[in-house]
Amino acid sequence: MGKQSSNLATQLIEGLCSFLRRCICAILSAGSLPRHVAFIMDGNRRYAKKQGLLEGDGHRVGFTALMNMLKYCYEMNVKYVTVYAFSIENFKRRPDEVQSTMQLIQEKIESLLEKESIVNQYGVRVHFIGNLKLLSKPVRLAAERAMNATAHNSRAMLAICIAYTSTDEITNSVEETCKEKMNELGGNAADSKEPLIDVADVEKHMYMAVAPDPDIIIRSSGETRLSNFLLWQSASSLLYTPRALWPEIRFYHLVRAILDFQRNLASLETKLKQC
Amino acid sequence: MVSLQFRICFIPSHLKLQLPVPRRSLDLKLPPRALSSAIKAATVNGHPGEDAGFLRGTAVPAGLRRESMPRHVAVIMDGNRRWARMRGLPVGSGYEAGVRALRRMVELCCKWGIRVLTVFAFSSDNWFRPKVEVDVLMALFDRGLREELQYLVSADVRISIIGDSTKLFNSLQALLANAMETTSKNSKLHLIVAVNYSGRSDVVQACQKLAVKVKDGVIEPEDINELVVERELGTNCTDFPHPDLLIRTSGELRVSNFLLWQLAHTELYFTNSLWPDFGEDEFLLALSSFQERQRRYGC
Repeated sequence: MGKQSSNLATQLIEGLCSFLRRCICAILSAGSLPRHVAFIMDGNRRYAKKQGLLEGDGHRVGFTALMNMLKYCYEMNVKYVTVYAFSIENFKRRPDEVQSTMQLIQEKIESLLEKESIVNQYGVRVHFIGNLKLLSKPVRLAAERAMNATAHNSRAMLAICIAYTSTDEITNSVEETCKEKMNELGGNAADSKEPLIDVADVEKHMYMAVAPDPDIIIRSSGETRLSNFLLWQSASSLLYTPRALWPEIRFYHLVRAILDFQRNLASLETKLKQC
Repeated sequence: MVSLQFRICFIPSHLKLQLPVPRRSLDLKLPPRALSSAIKAATVNGHPGEDAGFLRGTAVPAGLRRESMPRHVAVIMDGNRRWARMRGLPVGSGYEAGVRALRRMVELCCKWGIRVLTVFAFSSDNWFRPKVEVDVLMALFDRGLREELQYLVSADVRISIIGDSTKLFNSLQALLANAMETTSKNSKLHLIVAVNYSGRSDVVQACQKLAVKVKDGVIEPEDINELVVERELGTNCTDFPHPDLLIRTSGELRVSNFLLWQLAHTELYFTNSLWPDFGEDEFLLALSSFQERQRRYGC
């Protein structure tokens, strides 16, 4: 009986929170909403240390925070969400830490394929962005399965940057662009005129060509740097750096970021009018 | 009110806080493309403190740690027009005040042992401003450089220009080339001025150069790695192409297409101060904030 009433109370509170979120979303929709929000999920290890947890448990709580943030974004009709899950530079961490993080990533990728997961609930197409050849075979196969299983979804998109750095992405794009231009010039390249390359040529070979540039990049834990994330795509992005560690991130942080976005948009429009 | 994230920390000189130096072990399982970049970052530009020899003999301001001074500072000098509008002055006065602030910045960098200062003087997106304003700005570059060249020479400052200078009028192009030539042997401070520059265009022109090299058989596409790309960027004029600290004034919280590749691990500092008002106190605040940061480079 006690357990039943506790469940009922939890359901009522969740229902009330959901209703309040929908009201806030409706208010925010009076202004422009971002099309694409990107997250640098920083602070999981510091959170674990702060709470006296094992290091890996910080990432687990961080995953719950990620699922919540995805839910809030999709409720707000933010169509594209990108997250920085694992950098190529993170391979420099202790081997046991890398191994346990990869195991967690594989476990969570597989959970995305479950029927009641957020990707099915909101019709989300999942892309894994990065140098996937660097991943171990089980993780890479899980990622490919998830991409195939969600390929038909079209309401929203989730880009998970894994084994990713922006400089690696740009380098790959430069290499592919050079190869493409050589093919266009034909066999006798020595006599051909010089290849002409523009922004569009480079951009179309980016791993992140599947999404428009992010409107907002949110980095948790108060650090104010990009850490080799979406350097090309961040040219005009608003940067928001709340002090909360990633597992502490909440709906109001997203609301605050969107309010800043709307204020900045208004001030950018004013500047353009003054030009 | 734009939200800002920056920390103020005046460390009294009698307190010596020791920031942990991040562990920099290199995992040999990294792909050649990324490993080359990691090695370069670790040994050349990653840790300003590891090679504090460049700071010997310089006067580091009280409250700051010599070993944690940034080697390369970049600045987006924003807010000149707003500064002028707030005072009921013409826009040109705002730009002139901005030049004075830049001069102050150069003097402080020389005094405090900062090796490279990169400033965003004119973005390729700025051509969309009213022609009258652009003409004022170009005339100011011309006059400013003529008036300050002697100072740069005497202060041992080397000047380099990055960006597409072919769109500038001929006499300004000649003046810039002459200034670069005249100061090329100077070594106390390297002042890099980005004119008609955009981070994306910088990557595209690097790609263009590499495509020509591939066409000429100098390099295979498969040999293109991060070091190869970096060598073709505009910042190849310096051994320290990655800013440790980027300062943007006037409260805008974005990098606006400035030095995109090079900002991979740069600490970003945003302040509400308008650029003409950015002086020694504001610079000290930025440096203090920088020295509080924990730089992990992915570890």
